[in-house]
Amino acid sequence: MNNDQLYERYQRQLILQGFGAEAQQKLLSASILVIGAGGLGCPLLQYLVAAGLGSIGIVDDDVVSLSNLHRQVLYNVQMIGRPKTDCAVEVLRQLNPQVKFTVYNERLTNKNAATILSAFDVVVDGSDNFATRYLVNDACLLLNKPLVYGAISQYEGQVAVFNVQQNSERSANYRDLFPHPPKEGEVLNCAEAGVLGVLPGIIGSMMANETIKLVTGTGTVLANKLFTYNTLNNQTYELELSKRSETMSLIPATIDALQQTDYEWLCSTASLVNEIDATVFNELIAEGKTAIVDVREKDEQPVVTEFSHIQISLSQLQQHASWLTEDTIIVFCQTGKRSAAAAKQLTELFSSSKKIYSLKGGIQQWMQQQKQTV
Amino acid sequence: MMRVEVLFFGKLVDIAGASLVLNNVTSTDELLEQLRLQYPPLAAEKFIMAVDKKTISINTSLTDNCTVALLPPFSGG
Repeated sequence: MNNDQLYERYQRQLILQGFGAEAQQKLLSASILVIGAGGLGCPLLQYLVAAGLGSIGIVDDDVVSLSNLHRQVLYNVQMIGRPKTDCAVEVLRQLNPQVKFTVYNERLTNKNAATILSAFDVVVDGSDNFATRYLVNDACLLLNKPLVYGAISQYEGQVAVFNVQQNSERSANYRDLFPHPPKEGEVLNCAEAGVLGVLPGIIGSMMANETIKLVTGTGTVLANKLFTYNTLNNQTYELELSKRSETMSLIPATIDALQQTDYEWLCSTASLVNEIDATVFNELIAEGKTAIVDVREKDEQPVVTEFSHIQISLSQLQQHASWLTEDTIIVFCQTGKRSAAAAKQLTELFSSSKKIYSLKGGIQQWMQQQKQTV
Repeated sequence: MMRVEVLFFGKLVDIAGASLVLNNVTSTDELLEQLRLQYPPLAAEKFIMAVDKKTISINTSLTDNCTVALLPPFSGG
């Protein structure tokens, strides 16, 4: 592409006061790593690619599914079943062929994080789980990379820019905000709680905006700040983050230590939980001597009418555990995550006096399997 | 009389509503104690607190007309 075409492509931002050719050149020389090509990743990638970033890396190990399409706007029905990274790059190349893409069709892990992150100037986290979020934060601290953060839940989103060099200091990071990862099931994820498609569009676009500002030095980024947005009432709330004295002690001291840190385990329920599949579940229902507990919140969909059960949400479980007099208890939720946490709580509570099971894959998977077997 | 506005975010809204006003609480510890009495499910939730839009990590004294925000972590993407 010649200079005339380059000028034409970026003309509207080149003539923008406070941006111009110098900022455009900074974008062209920058390399950005986008973690997660999902709800946040799609708008992020579209705007970064359109703006003329020089080099973009994409990490994602997932494939496109039909339930992604209401919010992951890079994809279409023809792409279902194909890796998101491949599909994203296919679309993005057509948008801007000058961008250099590096694709990591794999999960970001404690083993590959340092190598992947090292190759980029700025890391942008649009992942969908705490294990990845803490891993990315800690790796960015160890590698001195600024981290653009965004996360969503139901109708609300959060945006921040972590670990930015300001004067002689690095700005606050994710662990200054939330020092310890919650256990799986303590906090709902999108698959469990649902999300309106526009929300990641808004939050992902804000992350792209922060990234462009950070790279070009335009305006002020959300360093030492957490911005929150509520789509239901359009309320925004901006918090000032204070650094915590203990934060550095929570982060692995070296890359080697990071590679030894099991983030999946830190954020999960480990192996104490007995998970059962739909077949075993149906057998136990048929036996009829089992307490079956829906640990989802009241009014969560789908409503289960296929078998009798009681509802005690995960947050109420400790309080009402005495209701469970049967020797065998099966807990279920939407996808099997909260029920795993519930099973762990009950196992700790009753130790070996009761058998506790969690329905693997949750009621969603169970219902799908029932449809297939009918 | 001390007046403290409390704002809830994320899933906490399902438990306690979007906001409420407490009178006569002088510290964040006291405030938490009152909230947990009023809304027992809060005890099982993870969140951080901010007083007048500044995050805090230790018990903090409250002043008249201050605002306390309770924010849970989000992981969705």
